[in-house]
Amino acid sequence: MSIFVDDDTRVVVQGITGGEGKFHTRQMVEYGTNVVAGTSPGKGGQDVDGIPVYDTVEEAVDEEDANASVVFVPPAFAGDAIFEALDTDLDLVVAITEGVPTQDMAKVNKRLSETDTRLIGPNCPGIITPGEAKLGILPGNIFEEGNVGLVSRSGTLTYQVVSNLTERGIGQTTAIGIGGDPIIGTSFVDALEAFENDPDTHAVVMCGEIGGEDEEQAAKYIAENMDTPVAGFIAGRTAPPGKRMGHAGAIVSGSGTGTAESKISALNDAGVPVGDTPNEVADHIEDFL
Amino acid sequence: MVMKLHEYQAKDIFAEAGIPVPESRLASSVEEVMEAVEEIGYPAAIKAQVHVGGRGKAGGIKIAMDEDEARQAAEDILGMDLKGYTVDRVLVEAGVDFENELYVGITMDRSEGKPVAMVSTEGGVNIEEVAEENPDAIAREHIDPAFGLHPYQARKVVFEAGIPRDVAFDVASFLTTLYDLYDSNDASDIEINPVMITSDRDIVAADAVMNIDDDALFRHEDLAAMEEDAYENDLEAKAGEYGFDYVRLSGNVGIIGNGAGLVMTTLDLVDYFGGEPANFLDIGGGAKAERVANALDMVFSDENVDSVVFNIFGGITRGDEVAKGINEALESFDKIPKPVVVRLAGTNAEEGMEILNTDLVQVEGTLEDAVQRAVKNAQEVSQ
Repeated sequence: MSIFVDDDTRVVVQGITGGEGKFHTRQMVEYGTNVVAGTSPGKGGQDVDGIPVYDTVEEAVDEEDANASVVFVPPAFAGDAIFEALDTDLDLVVAITEGVPTQDMAKVNKRLSETDTRLIGPNCPGIITPGEAKLGILPGNIFEEGNVGLVSRSGTLTYQVVSNLTERGIGQTTAIGIGGDPIIGTSFVDALEAFENDPDTHAVVMCGEIGGEDEEQAAKYIAENMDTPVAGFIAGRTAPPGKRMGHAGAIVSGSGTGTAESKISALNDAGVPVGDTPNEVADHIEDFL
Repeated sequence: MVMKLHEYQAKDIFAEAGIPVPESRLASSVEEVMEAVEEIGYPAAIKAQVHVGGRGKAGGIKIAMDEDEARQAAEDILGMDLKGYTVDRVLVEAGVDFENELYVGITMDRSEGKPVAMVSTEGGVNIEEVAEENPDAIAREHIDPAFGLHPYQARKVVFEAGIPRDVAFDVASFLTTLYDLYDSNDASDIEINPVMITSDRDIVAADAVMNIDDDALFRHEDLAAMEEDAYENDLEAKAGEYGFDYVRLSGNVGIIGNGAGLVMTTLDLVDYFGGEPANFLDIGGGAKAERVANALDMVFSDENVDSVVFNIFGGITRGDEVAKGINEALESFDKIPKPVVVRLAGTNAEEGMEILNTDLVQVEGTLEDAVQRAVKNAQEVSQ
């Protein structure tokens, strides 16, 4: 088992003819992902490595039965691309694009709440179920099939923690990068709930960072609803207030909300051990298994 | 990130939208200030136009009752260093005879994914302090971004906040205008603190804060043209030129990495292993050799830095490109200015390790080892 994606996922790549879209489509196909179509307005009828290109997502769904999309569309058009995907009732939309205007995402978020579609991202590395499918830009070779779920706000930090796990022979059910923007589709709580309901996920790693209150909400959810053990990591302990650390969402506000301390203590109170280093997170997971 | 507008720029935008603001002139010399006060009269407020909060407390705002005081204020404020920024312009503004100070603002509530309008009778003070000490003093109303702020919602939040009835409709109309500005300009925050209720029971925007989502600047040429390079120090200015996410800190271990979460983690580990991080520098995804060399140049030019750790976990960033960049940067020196520890993992890390000139750098296989070595290097240099 796994969450959100598996061998049955039929992917349409939005923006398949762009540089990033083309490169990562190849990587996804090489990994074994079932990429059935691409879209690029005005380029319908062409193909990329034999994958048919359509003008609209609707055609890709009608003709190729796609049920998930990956968005590689530039930031100015990404909000529109996500709306297009939501309007075709896909099961899953994964938005990789970084730099989508926040007010576009507020409108997307509103529409999203009226659909049954799951959105992951934007500004995220995507999602991978090792051995089955990857939707996004994660380097497939560091993952291994196994029983640990992973959810993270950051891409490269995910890779770091995954490699700490894989080196010890601990594989993963599914790993999700939920993205570093202030407004995102899938939250920690959504991912944790799915892992809790997945019988093959025996432990979960949650990598958070400073800014916002998502980690605190996740801690509350874990305490109240989860039997599956969770280990955590929080990046940004040394971040000074008022300075944005790379991600648009990673900022400790002047009034002290969003600090690493508040997140770590919320997680500890929920019974979640928080590693001082990524390797310590792997220690905790090893103890759980 | 956001692009901050100066008070005078925000007030121009407000005034054009019909929000009353005090009469004012922008001045960049003592003479210009004196000309301005002559036209405006007394009392007049002389207000530093710099991108820092708490200008008043820091001495950047003064009220002048006569010519001598105006001249003194202009001399004091123009050219002063306000929290690291030099004041080169002031707004000279007519003083307002006010009875009450209110707060109105609109920002994005990220936990709801919706904009929120906020109104309070406790204006004129730091609203974050009000929010912490007396959260009930701020009335809030979430806004559906598909429809905007309905007039009834503006009235509702104004009544909830306990705004005096004789000006309630005026404040509500401020709020709907502000939301229109927020929406049409892709603002991330918009705030008037204080809104003054005058002795004639009119309302006027005595201050103006407007920050723009810089991811949306591509569709606002007029606002993008107002962007100024305002950096706290030369290094942050240089990072701006190179296009890096960079934050300078006070320690001596320079840090370069890819991806915000991993770079933050590297900083945290430097601290955890007894060192002090000198900076946050994210080279971003997919960096080519030149960008890598620029990053090293950045960190080397920080005189506080005694040692450097380069931590890359490649996803879209390729180890061979990183290695090429490190070689290029270091081979240009007769003597490497500061010891560099490199850790490469992920995409093309093995190819990178083959290319990397290991005479010039120290190589470590894990994040922990790399950080510990860099911390040790820094301690040795600073002894």
